[in-house]
This record gives sequence, C-alpha cells and structure tokens, in this order.
Amino acid sequence: MKASEPREYHGVKWHEPIIFELSCPGERGIILPEVEQEIADVVGDIDQLLPRRLKRRQSPSLPEVSEPRVLKHYLRLSQETMGNDTNNSIGLGTCTMKYNPKIHEQLVRNPKLAELHPYQDERTIQGILKIIHELNRFLTGISGMDHYSFQPSGGTQAIYANASVIRAYHEHQGEGETRDEVITTIFSHPGNAGAPSTAGYKVLTLMPDEKGFPDLEMLKSMVSERTAALFITNPEDTGIFSPNIKDYVDEVHRVGGLCVYDQANANGLLGITRAREAGFDLSHFNLHKTFASPHGSMGPGCGAQGVVEKLKPFLPGPLVDFDGEKYFHNGNKPLSIGKVRKFYGNVPVILRSYAYIMTMGEEGLRDVSEISILNNNYMLKGMREIPGCTVPYSEGDHKLEQVRYSWEDLFKETGVGTEAINRRTVDYGMQNYFESHHPWIVPEPFTPEPAETYSKEDIDEYVAVLRTIAEEARINPDLVNNAPHRVAIAKITDTSPMTDVDKFAVTWRAFKRKQAVPQ
Amino acid sequence: MSQEKNRVYSYIPNSVPSRKKEMMREIGIDAMEELYGVIPESLRFRGSMNLPEPIKSEMALKEHIEEILQENISCGEVISFLGAGCYNHYVPAICDEVNSRSEFLTAYSGETYSDHGKLQAIFEYTSLMGELLDMDVVNYTTYDGSQAAASATRMACRYTGRNEILVPASLHPEMLSQLMDYSKGWFKLKTVGFNPETGLLDLADLKRQLGPDTAGILIENPNYFGIIEEQSFEIGEMVHAAGGLFIVYADPISLGILEAPANYGADLACGEIQSLGIHMQYGGGLAGYIASHDDPGMIAEFPNYFYGIMKGSIEGEYGFDRALNHRTSHGSREKAKEYFGTGSGLWAITAGVYLSLMGPQGMAEVGRNITAITRYAMLRLKAVKGLFLPFDQSYHFREFVVDFSASGQSVAAINEKLLDYGIFGGKSLTLDFDSLGESALVCVTEKTRKSDIDTLVSALEDILLGGEAS
Repeated sequence: MKASEPREYHGVKWHEPIIFELSCPGERGIILPEVEQEIADVVGDIDQLLPRRLKRRQSPSLPEVSEPRVLKHYLRLSQETMGNDTNNSIGLGTCTMKYNPKIHEQLVRNPKLAELHPYQDERTIQGILKIIHELNRFLTGISGMDHYSFQPSGGTQAIYANASVIRAYHEHQGEGETRDEVITTIFSHPGNAGAPSTAGYKVLTLMPDEKGFPDLEMLKSMVSERTAALFITNPEDTGIFSPNIKDYVDEVHRVGGLCVYDQANANGLLGITRAREAGFDLSHFNLHKTFASPHGSMGPGCGAQGVVEKLKPFLPGPLVDFDGEKYFHNGNKPLSIGKVRKFYGNVPVILRSYAYIMTMGEEGLRDVSEISILNNNYMLKGMREIPGCTVPYSEGDHKLEQVRYSWEDLFKETGVGTEAINRRTVDYGMQNYFESHHPWIVPEPFTPEPAETYSKEDIDEYVAVLRTIAEEARINPDLVNNAPHRVAIAKITDTSPMTDVDKFAVTWRAFKRKQAVPQ
Repeated sequence: MSQEKNRVYSYIPNSVPSRKKEMMREIGIDAMEELYGVIPESLRFRGSMNLPEPIKSEMALKEHIEEILQENISCGEVISFLGAGCYNHYVPAICDEVNSRSEFLTAYSGETYSDHGKLQAIFEYTSLMGELLDMDVVNYTTYDGSQAAASATRMACRYTGRNEILVPASLHPEMLSQLMDYSKGWFKLKTVGFNPETGLLDLADLKRQLGPDTAGILIENPNYFGIIEEQSFEIGEMVHAAGGLFIVYADPISLGILEAPANYGADLACGEIQSLGIHMQYGGGLAGYIASHDDPGMIAEFPNYFYGIMKGSIEGEYGFDRALNHRTSHGSREKAKEYFGTGSGLWAITAGVYLSLMGPQGMAEVGRNITAITRYAMLRLKAVKGLFLPFDQSYHFREFVVDFSASGQSVAAINEKLLDYGIFGGKSLTLDFDSLGESALVCVTEKTRKSDIDTLVSALEDILLGGEAS
C-alpha cells in the first residue's frame, strides 16, 4: 500500500451484549476476604451495626459475571474504540491528539504516586510536591504568567476558575457590582461563554470580520466600565493568528477590564509567542492537549491556570512553595476563591506533563510547535487540491496548528455534507473528525489538527481518505450517506432518543422500561 | 536557507531533516519562521523560557523521575488511617488492566461509530450506577464529587425557582469551600448544625431554617464524620414539606448494604466514585456522579453530557450518543445550564468495570467488611486511656472521630509520633471544627487488617501513656 491511498480497513465488530445481558446468577467477578474471625468475634452481628431503616432492603440488580468474562467484555469494547495509539486521530482538531509517551504510564502507576493520600504529612510527599512546584516553574517560563494553580481538572473548569478569580479581583477592587460583563468571540471554545455565564456574568460575543478576525471596531463599541474581562483564543478554531491581539488586550485594559488567553491548545505557539508579551493577565494550558497527557476517553485532564502576580492571591489553593529546604502547601490565602475541586488537581496529569517538558526541553518545545505548524500547512496544501473542499478566511495565508475547512461546495454539488463524510472516515480506520463547535459559522465545517507526532505518511493517508470520500460523494453518494459500513455498528436511522426526552434513556433499566411500554 | 536544525525526536517523525526539508519544499518555504510570519515581531518571544536541560533518553528520564518519587512514602508502605474524601480501597487487577488499554486511554471525543466501545462502556457505567442508586437517570462523570454536589445544588435552585441551599455544618470543608464559590450570585448557602452528642443533623435547627426560599438541602450520607444519617427519612419529609429538594451525597461503596438515597426520599443523588476501583493518586483519582428520577423537568437541568442508548438499524445492535445536548455549554454557549468540558471518562469506565466485577454480592460483602472493621477499630480505640469517641453511640461506616483533647497532646504532635511507628494517623479536624477540640477523623477500609488496628492501638498507648507503659 502506498501512503497516498486509503488502506483497506475493517474495524472490529463483536456484537458484544450489554453487561447486564451477560449475568449468570451465582457467578463472581472477584472474591473478597472474609471478615477476620477475631474481628467478627468482637463486633458480633454485623446487621446490628446498621440502622434498621437504612439497611438496603433489595439487593442492587447488578450483573453477576465471572472475572474472565468481565475482562473479555471490556477488552472487546476497547477494540471497538479508535484510540489515538491505534488509529489516526488527525481529525480531532482543537484537541491536539499528539502521541502520549508510554513511559509516562509506567511512572504514574508507580505506587509512590498511585497510592499517595492527599492528606499525608508533607515530609512523606516531598517528591510529588517537587514535581508540582517544578511544573509551575516550567509553565511560567513557557507562558510568561507568574503563577499556576493545577486545581482545575479540565480546560473549561480552568475557564470557570479564571472567571471566578476575576470576580474576586474586581470585588476586592470594590468594582464587583459594576463589572458584570464578559466579552468573548464566536470562534473561541464555547466554554469561554458558558463558564463566565456560570460565574454570573453577562456574556457579549464578538463576531468575525471579513478576514475571520474578531471585529476590533465591535470590541471598541462593547467595552465600558461594566467590562470585567475579555476571554479570547488566538489562534481561534480557524487556525488564523490574529496579529492585532495586543490591540484587543489594550482596548480592554483601557477600561479597567482583565484579559484571559484561552491557551487550551497552545501547540503552535511554544517558544514562539507568549501570553505575557501580548499583555494577558490570565491564561490556561490544557495539559492533556499541548503537554502530552492522554485524553482518557474524555478525561481526566488538567487545566493549568496561570495568572500574573497581582492575581496570585485569588488563585484556588493551596499552592506549593519551597523554603529552600522543603516543599510545602501554602494554604494561607485569605483572598483565594477557595476550591474548585477537592485536593490538588489531577496529579498524574501533572507528572506526565513534567516528564514531557523534561524530555523536550526548550528547543524541543519550539520544534514541537514548528513541526505542528509545518504538518498543518503541508496538510493544508493537500486539502486545497481536493475539489469541493474550501478554506474560509485568509485564503493563501499560512495557518498555525489547525484549520477549519468547509465541504460547502461539495455539499452543493452532491448533497453529501460534512456529517455523512465524517461517518465515512471511520470506514478507513480514521477517528471521526471534529466538525465545529456550536454554532456553525462556517457551513459544512470540519477541523482537523495534524499534531507534530503524526508522520508525513499519516498526513498523506488522511488527505487521501478525504479525497477518496469526496470522489465517492460524486460517484456513489449513497455509499457515503449510508456510512459507516466497516465498523462495529451500522448507521442508525432513528436517532430520536437523543433529542426526545420521552424516548431518552441513559440507563439500561430506563431503556428496558421504555421499550416494554409503547410510546 | 536558514540554519539547519538537526534535532530528531523519537516522538516526532517529521523531525528527520530530510523529511522536514521535503515538506518545506512542498509548501514552498525556505525557513520555518515563514510559516508564522503573521505573528508580529513585537509579540515574538526571543528570550529563554528557563527550562532545564532536557533528558532525552527514556531510560534516563525514568531514572530521574523514579528518583524524585523515591522521596514519597506511599500508603502501601505504612499503615494509613487517612480518608476524608479519598479512600485506600482495594483496586481489582481487572480495573487497571482495562483502564490501561491504549484504546480507552488515548481515545477522546470520538462519537457513535468510531468509539462505539467507549460509549457502550460509559453507558454501562451509568446503568450500573442506576441499579446501585435505584434511579433511572445518571450523568457522564463530573470532574469530582464536589463538582457533582455543586451542580446538584444549582439544579435544585433552577428546578424549584428558589435560592437557598442548606448544608450540614459537618460538611466536608473542601466541598463547602467549593460550594461557597459556586453559589456566588446564585444562591444563599446556609448551614444547619449537628447534634454534639450524635453527630447527626440537628432537626430542630433544620426546622428553623427551612422556609419559602429553600431550594433544597444537601447532606452527606455517611456524613463527613463517618456517621450514617439515620434521620434521612425525616430530613427528606421536612424539606419536601417546605417545597425544597432532598439531595444526598452518597459514596457508592456503601450502597451494597445501605439503602439507595432514592428509597428514603432523595430527589437527587450525587457523590464521588473514587472508591470504585480507582487509585488515590494523591487525590487525583476523582470523578463525580449526579442521578435523578426520570423526570423531564429535572433531566433538563443536568449541566453535562448524557450518553444515551438507541436501537440500531440492524436487529440486535445498539448505538450510543450524547443526548439532549442543548443543555450543555457545548450545545448553547452562555445560554447553557452551567459550563461543561472534558471530565473524567476513564474513571467512569473503571468504575463500571469495578461494579461489573463486584456484582450484588461483592458490594454487600465489601460493605459488611468495612462496617465490621470500623466497629472493631472504634471499640479498640475507645478503650485507650485518654481517647474519647464523641459520637460513638451513632452508627458508623468507614470513618469516625477520635478526640485526643483529654490526653493533653495535639493531633499534630500525635500524628507526627505515629509516623515513627510507620502509621499515617487520621486527618486532623482541629482547623475546621473548633467544637471538636483536638480531634482526628480515623478511616479504615476493607484493606485494613485487625493487626493494623492493633498496631495503632499499641502505638497510641505508647505515645499517650509514655513512661507509664514502660
């Protein structure tokens, strides 16, 4: 097979039942030790140790399945999952599906991390505190922010924590009541609208100008003494870097607002440009994107929350400090917003990112970004040659780490749109692609991101798959519209349970009940 | 041509110079900087990030990090009595086997057809939790249990149109801190006292505080002190009579022996699933759940993903997808119920594996084991001179409070001495609960052996009685 042709792929199809259907009464998946006789002798009848009214009356209807069958079940389900290690996830743009080094998995499974309790005496956790402290130092160098909190457990939780810090800061300045508006852009991650709104802010949204940049004139008309902050991504989902970003920041600072740089995906920026130089006050990195921690079937992740010095007192804590001899939690922060989750964040994610930065070093991180940009522009060239695929905004310019493309022309020509093409990509062993966040400003969108760990051959193959599907759309549109054909399940025609609350079921018990009773 | 770089990285195939050059030629550039020429010079970073010299070899990296980790002492090397929201339960081998599978570990947001297996595993997790909780609706995992509690309280406010939430004064202090942040501008958080004799909720105080603004009460069961809240029926009835919702934060590991919150009146159940086959990871192994009855009004208030099931087009096939997504900020930006993002899917899968292995019998046994071991530990510690168990007349599960005040020694001093015996003593309560004096929250699990407890008892006798004993 040449890399410029799609491969003959066929996915695994196990017809694996739902776990409840595997139940055989009496089977055991694990045997627990008996209560030690000497304990039983002392405590007596265990039933007497529970309040009568709160004793479980009816045993939970969990399945009874033997250990090998449970294992087989979940391994089969794993085989029906396109993880990035086995399949090609270039399609999942904005997600930075880079390679996750396997040595990190050995390290996080070391009992000296896995079996640590968060309330241990500090003398017994100097190793992990050192890693947290060091990663904070590394990230301050990479972004130019002054301090990081690792408590937020995902990118959007970091955005929420940023909004909460901003609220605390303005309250401390005596402006909590007046500054009640947050400005974001339509091409920023929806969390930049959803999280400030959750924190109580009114959200104003900037639309793109004809070049695809957030409209600066519109921003000027929006800012006022009510502006609490600007939440912005750069480059946005479109992959276009806004060269006037500092003008936006200055405009917001002029009226006393703060500026937040959503650097969830910073893969094209490392060592090239930083939040500090653009004047930002807060910024967050998703360690599970740019810094190589695996995505884990939608988490656990970490949204490392960075701020400039004046906002440090408001960070969720405790932060780790070093007194020259020992590392310690510094929890004495009366202005802190408090906790956004229990304990200190997703610590294994912190360790992986520490290991990643230690491996890459300063030049290496810059090479990561340069090659991710090279990969993206190399792919862009291939994509431009596919009839029916267009690149909205800044035609002809280089993009950074990702691009939002459009199948609008192909759709008009063939009736085959992005949703059908997306289903068809899996028939070629490709993870489905990310279309676009809501709302679809770009029609029939899709947003791939060929991170630096993909080879030229991976990219060639991905482009070849999309080219082939575009050809199929012209020759045999039903083939694409009825996809997929070669993975675990066939195309589902009635998807109404996803939108109709009467048919909606997120548990097997609800599904069985609703199936038994005709709607 | 700018200066040629000759750095090749094992993670980056296109770092090979010849290939890089070929790709550059293909897109018509001579220098990499041309690719990001759009970034103005004033924003270019030309300084040093002050990062250490890289450790490029995997072998050396492993040595470097293992050397740092060597400075930690894990709970496996000592006898630990720490709990308070993160628990040293047994993790079945199959849980680690499944969550280390590359396919699950490195999948992300793939959908119905690419990630069928992942979605089925997550649907099974919510289904298994549904059985344990006796509720029809269970969400995709939240960041942690506290976030689940925080969202549940906001859900109650939206559902009832009211703006006061009651919580016990005994609530986990870190959860209380999070609720205080999450309530700002949305609802008033009020605390209800606990009975100093029993540690249970003070129902007279509850009655005083309930009113027309009460959106609901959130209780932990077992509560932060490990006490089983046996007045749950009454609490539910009282809050319902006032028109509010009853929210119960329950650890699923207790539900093989304790009644599901729904069966004593809970409208919403929420909690932390770390107990279900997930390593503690210095508090990193957290994930939360929220559950409700099949009430469309309540379903509409859930802020994060639901993974729903639908029948396939081919007989016998099922498919899964995100259901009713307009509720989430992914679906409707600032108009969403609350914010939502990447949570903790790997732990949902892991907890599903755990419940599949345990079955009804395993869950009953683990609950009974913990109950018995808790009682044994309480009886032994109660008998130590200088120790007082303030709530020992109440029913306990897994944790209990020990008051050292009468010994004349502080919890901090005692815990420091216990370290010399290879023991991590209970979490100190002195900073968070003034009324409890020099108290600690002692935790046991099914992993705690009789000999561990006996070792603690004899170490405490040594420490407290000092010369007297020798």
